[in-house]
Amino acid sequence: MKQLLILSGKGGTGKTTTAAAFIAFAEAQAFADCDVDAPNLHLVAQFAGEPERRPYLGGQKALVDAETCARCGKCAAHCRFSAVQETTAGFVVDPIACEGCGVCVAVCPEQAVRLVDDVAGEQALYREDAVFSTAKLKMGRGNSGKLVTEVKKALVAESEAALAIIDGSPGIGCPVIASVNGMDLVLVVAEPSGSGISDLKRLCATAATLQVRLAVCVNKYDVSPQHTECIETFCRQQGIAFVGKIPFDPMAVRAVNEGTTVVDIDCPAGRAVREIFAKLTALLAERSI
Amino acid sequence: MKIAVLSGKGGTGKTFVSVNLAQTAESALYLDCDVEEPNGHLFLRPEGVQRQVVTKLLPAFAAEKCTGCRRCVDFCRFNALAYIGKSPMVFKDVCHSCGGCALVCPAGAVREEPVEIGHIALGRHGQVEVASGFLNIGEASGIPIIESLLEIAERSAAAHVIIDCPPGSACSVVESVKEADLCLIVAEPTRFGAHNFEMVAELVQVLGKRCAVIVNKASDENALIDDLCAERGLPVLAHIPYSAETARAGAVGQVAVEAEPALGEVFSGLWREILKGGAGA
Repeated sequence: MKQLLILSGKGGTGKTTTAAAFIAFAEAQAFADCDVDAPNLHLVAQFAGEPERRPYLGGQKALVDAETCARCGKCAAHCRFSAVQETTAGFVVDPIACEGCGVCVAVCPEQAVRLVDDVAGEQALYREDAVFSTAKLKMGRGNSGKLVTEVKKALVAESEAALAIIDGSPGIGCPVIASVNGMDLVLVVAEPSGSGISDLKRLCATAATLQVRLAVCVNKYDVSPQHTECIETFCRQQGIAFVGKIPFDPMAVRAVNEGTTVVDIDCPAGRAVREIFAKLTALLAERSI
Repeated sequence: MKIAVLSGKGGTGKTFVSVNLAQTAESALYLDCDVEEPNGHLFLRPEGVQRQVVTKLLPAFAAEKCTGCRRCVDFCRFNALAYIGKSPMVFKDVCHSCGGCALVCPAGAVREEPVEIGHIALGRHGQVEVASGFLNIGEASGIPIIESLLEIAERSAAAHVIIDCPPGSACSVVESVKEADLCLIVAEPTRFGAHNFEMVAELVQVLGKRCAVIVNKASDENALIDDLCAERGLPVLAHIPYSAETARAGAVGQVAVEAEPALGEVFSGLWREILKGGAGA
């Protein structure tokens, strides 16, 4: 299975809109949403039935047994995450702050602290004509990289399709690093602005440390042709494939709001996305570098 | 007052709102907590910038003291340690700096040492103090940088703090809003925007924070957000219409309230509303 991941660095540049369009063009049999902090692809993926849902156990959280607790406070004193607080009801662990390291368990002289499994989110798997793997991290939870890995694993385990299209998350940290692992090609959807270029460069530098193949396109390029030019130059200098420019198109926004994609209507953005997808298909067919 | 600006969805205009609010306030500290992709400095262009390194603690092992008991390796719940050769080694990206390995070592062979993971750039833009966090490339978590930014707020003499948060609703967002008196959610009236708005509104309400909403890139679809705010009892403080002119000015890093008088009035009104204290539910 060839895997194509869509990233952006900066948020809101059009990752999901682009991913949804690719899925429609390719009539993709396998796709996933790795933006587990703020998933949206399910809003435009068209499935008739409900997915199989399963809880995601992200790790463990400490729990203090109030009866056994002698209130010595060693757990709170040793916690690096300020997750243990003294209340009138004794020492209590804040499940959002707790990272499940087990230091409190180790220092408690009364064995009053234990670690319990924590449901940190939910995975969903749609298996109809196509397979779609997605997940939602519970708010405030960490460990998103591990959930991203689970989402990709679920897709690969359930589908033998030749191509998988994967929507990623913004930023350059934990979930992005986890999502890049094992990809054949990463498309970065860039925004033509000072912020967009700064974020693109940080993402490309991150990708370079992960040794993954990159391609770049610019969305809403007509908002700033000169920034688009800068992005093209940057790509040329870095030896990154520049695969196209998508115009700002109110029709695209309307399509998403109506739960469809830019493919379902004939519009300038749709045509540009189609050309970009053709170039990516060609890149994926080449032997990877 | 500490005001956190957050959005759930990326690209709705967190930095746009944060930068312009900071500029509108008489005396403000702007904190860029989106340490993976910080952008506020591209607009505020701070002067007299000083750099402050941010570190996290990583274990270092004294091979001559290590007896090979492997208690540290067994203790680590993040699988950040492996016993290779004659002493443990650490995988720095998965280490949570909990200190457990040093705690359980019976031979005193583990020492914790600070390792750089990013930096903070501190400077000024007129009346606005600017502090931006930058996570080093390849690092997984920016939480320690956000903590350091919030410490700057504690020391600052500025009357108000504007906290520009990362997107999403995960741990880094919770850390960023921890000290906030008011959470200002910037939402865009699209289907994706509405879905992510719900997620972040839920988070803010669970955390028990006072909350108000700004609809950015307002259009004829505003009801997508306005209706959700009405259901949750959240006040909408402003609708800022989409304008190609604002987008172009933003692309070249102009501070909108300095460049467009009409937006200056929008933000002055917004700021008065926030100061009245009535804002937020």
